[in-house]
Amino acid sequence: MCLAVPARIIEKEGDKAVADAMGNRWNIRVTLTPDIEVGDVVLIHAGYAIAKVDEEEAKKTWELFDEIAHFEAERLKAEQQGGDDA
Amino acid sequence: MLERIEQAKKTIHAACEKVGRQIQVMEVCGTHTVSIFRHGIRSLLPENLKLLSGPGCPVCVTDQGYIDVVMDLARRDDCIIATYGDMIRVPGKGGSLESLHRDNIKVVLSTDDGLALAKKHPDKLVVFVAVGFETTTPASAVAVADAASEGVDNFCILSGHKLVVPAMQALLGSKNDKIDAFLCPGHVSVILGSDAYKPVVEEFKRPCVVAGFEGVQILEGLANICEQIADGRADIDSVYGAAVTPQGNKVAWKIITDTFEPCDGPWRGLGVIPGATLKLKNEYKQFDVLHRFGIKEVPTEEPAGCQCGQILCGLLDPPQCGLFGNKCTPDTPVGPCMVSTEGACSAWYKYGK
Repeated sequence: MCLAVPARIIEKEGDKAVADAMGNRWNIRVTLTPDIEVGDVVLIHAGYAIAKVDEEEAKKTWELFDEIAHFEAERLKAEQQGGDDA
Repeated sequence: MLERIEQAKKTIHAACEKVGRQIQVMEVCGTHTVSIFRHGIRSLLPENLKLLSGPGCPVCVTDQGYIDVVMDLARRDDCIIATYGDMIRVPGKGGSLESLHRDNIKVVLSTDDGLALAKKHPDKLVVFVAVGFETTTPASAVAVADAASEGVDNFCILSGHKLVVPAMQALLGSKNDKIDAFLCPGHVSVILGSDAYKPVVEEFKRPCVVAGFEGVQILEGLANICEQIADGRADIDSVYGAAVTPQGNKVAWKIITDTFEPCDGPWRGLGVIPGATLKLKNEYKQFDVLHRFGIKEVPTEEPAGCQCGQILCGLLDPPQCGLFGNKCTPDTPVGPCMVSTEGACSAWYKYGK
């Protein structure tokens, strides 16, 4: 439940912002991270930015999500074909 | 990446060989539990290093009495229930929220969505099912503060928010304590700061290492722990990088402590833990649904045969429960550790061993 995803702040007005991760966009609040700016990468949990993070670390997470999504898709495909789990 | 994995593996094996005896490390966080399975971490560890799944899945440690209150509220026509998706399938007496099939139960992604529902339906009381640890609590605190400042009187929460560190201390203080060290939760620690584990390290002399959720970070966290045990040290450390600082997110922590105060509350499987549950402060009590309706939460008994309590304390592995895999599966869950995708039972069932 405590999972948080990294995303880049692309718009910000007051404590409301728009964040982007791999093309997915969310309206979020930056109430808990008042010092962040447009362009920063933050961790988002339940609609709130909770910390600024390092861009390189965020990239690793995005790549990992890509990998998991790919893996899950392969697994589902294998299941639908009645084959063994990947 | 491979080099880092090999290095961590080497360190773990060398340290465990030096220690000789069985080492038990508890991963506190449910997201770690799932990640450990997903990455096949156990297959890389020496035989004398055992990982225990801890009480770090908020859904799993929510007492059944709490679920029963939510169910009672959900049956009222004058209430709308706003909940994170995690809670929708947890069984209380007479089924789960999902099984009620009522239109007044809304899954939301944030507390803001709950507050928006209250503004949209001024004739109903919107009750937000406020569960979660330090990572999740700030969002509830902001929503209550917003409701107060904007005068949204038809918004309430049922606080089941919990504090991780007092629960870790309670586990170590129990007679069944067999935990050598903690792999500490990444995102809880973003808010809390790694210094928050000082009581565990100083009072109980157990290493506390914060790790992120990638396989390599978990391995590096375990390597750090094993080295500490081999050296006879018990320190706080973090392998999570910039997101976790010693002092944490002070803004978020201030919002929590401005709005909530600790109280003694029931944790499923662990019983009542002093100071490990959060309730709204007196000045916000009109936003507490228990106060609003004069409800008393009554702790209820666990379902017959369910061993979630023992599993949450690291005393049993899920397959040691008689219900596991036959009467209790992710499709027909009996206990909360099978309901939540981050529960130990669900992870063991899904990924096997």
